[in-house]
Amino acid sequence: MAPQQRKPHVCRNPDLIRGVGKYSRSKMYHKRGLWAIKAKNGGAFPKHEKQTVAAAPTEKPPKFYPADDVKKPLVNKRKARPTKLRASITPGTVLIILAGRFKGKRVVFLKQLTSGLLLVTGPFKINGVPLRRVNQSYVIATSTKVDISGVNVEKFDDKYFGKKVEKKKKKGEGEFFEAEKAEKNTLPQDKKDDQKSVDAALIQSIEAVPDLKSYLGARFSLKAGMKPHELVF
Amino acid sequence: MPFKRYVEIGRIALVNYGKDYGKLVVIVDVIDQNRALVDAPDMVRGQINFKRLTLTDIKIDIKRVPNKKTLIAALEAADVKNKWESSSWGRKLIVQKKRASLNDFDRFKIMLAKIKKAGVVRQELAKLKKETTA
Repeated sequence: MAPQQRKPHVCRNPDLIRGVGKYSRSKMYHKRGLWAIKAKNGGAFPKHEKQTVAAAPTEKPPKFYPADDVKKPLVNKRKARPTKLRASITPGTVLIILAGRFKGKRVVFLKQLTSGLLLVTGPFKINGVPLRRVNQSYVIATSTKVDISGVNVEKFDDKYFGKKVEKKKKKGEGEFFEAEKAEKNTLPQDKKDDQKSVDAALIQSIEAVPDLKSYLGARFSLKAGMKPHELVF
Repeated sequence: MPFKRYVEIGRIALVNYGKDYGKLVVIVDVIDQNRALVDAPDMVRGQINFKRLTLTDIKIDIKRVPNKKTLIAALEAADVKNKWESSSWGRKLIVQKKRASLNDFDRFKIMLAKIKKAGVVRQELAKLKKETTA
């Protein structure tokens, strides 16, 4: 008797052709049972009492009227959503990165972030690709999947990868600059630890499959005779 | 020089163009100079131009336009499937299909296997060379 089990209601007045229903107004009146509702209510259709609207506070007349009519911007009800993920990309898929510093590298897909970018890791020990964001358009999805169940990727989001905001130091050029640069170049230790923890479980499941480790360590390249539109990835 | 494979009732042919590309079919009747009536266990019997067929060496024993049941029985009796798959032509087609369906990972594994095989062959060759020069 749960409400979810109701069958979808069939239309009471099916169209003969568009704009012309099967039943006339009087027939529909009878079908909808309005006569029964009226009878129950003693001859008249039941009315709700008008809900008294709370008196709106009197608005002051505006101080400024624009000389020409101001155009109202059109209504935009679109919601921002993360990019639609290709059906071939599921957590654990091996992806081939096509552009950038790591082009050709085969990499494991972890999850899609709210910005639409894909969170991806080498694993770092295998091919030098760290936890990184990558755009879906610059990626070929292979049909090889890695078991990703032992990996916890909850804590990674777009903010984790954002640039760190530095405090501005206007005074003192020269010595100050060098000292700052030396600090910026090293990765913070907690990011290194995150990388290690994600990769630990991954590398175990990768080593379970023969040759997968060397596969991920090798770069992809087109050789003679390979036609990308005919290749099955 | 003389022809060895003839168009005759019962000749197995390979479709090389069209919707049924790659299928093995049996010629069950000849319609005219250009077309044959053709049938296979998994398709509706229909006409096809000879230009779309390549004749094979296999022939089965059937009467003109048998019904599907008889046709399937005759194909089983002549063991067409195994004859085809063990022929060099049939084996080549199977290999081509397999190669076309290879995964990126499969291609990598094959590359490793090729390198390994070449290494073993080269070692043997080196051994033999040493023996002949010695």
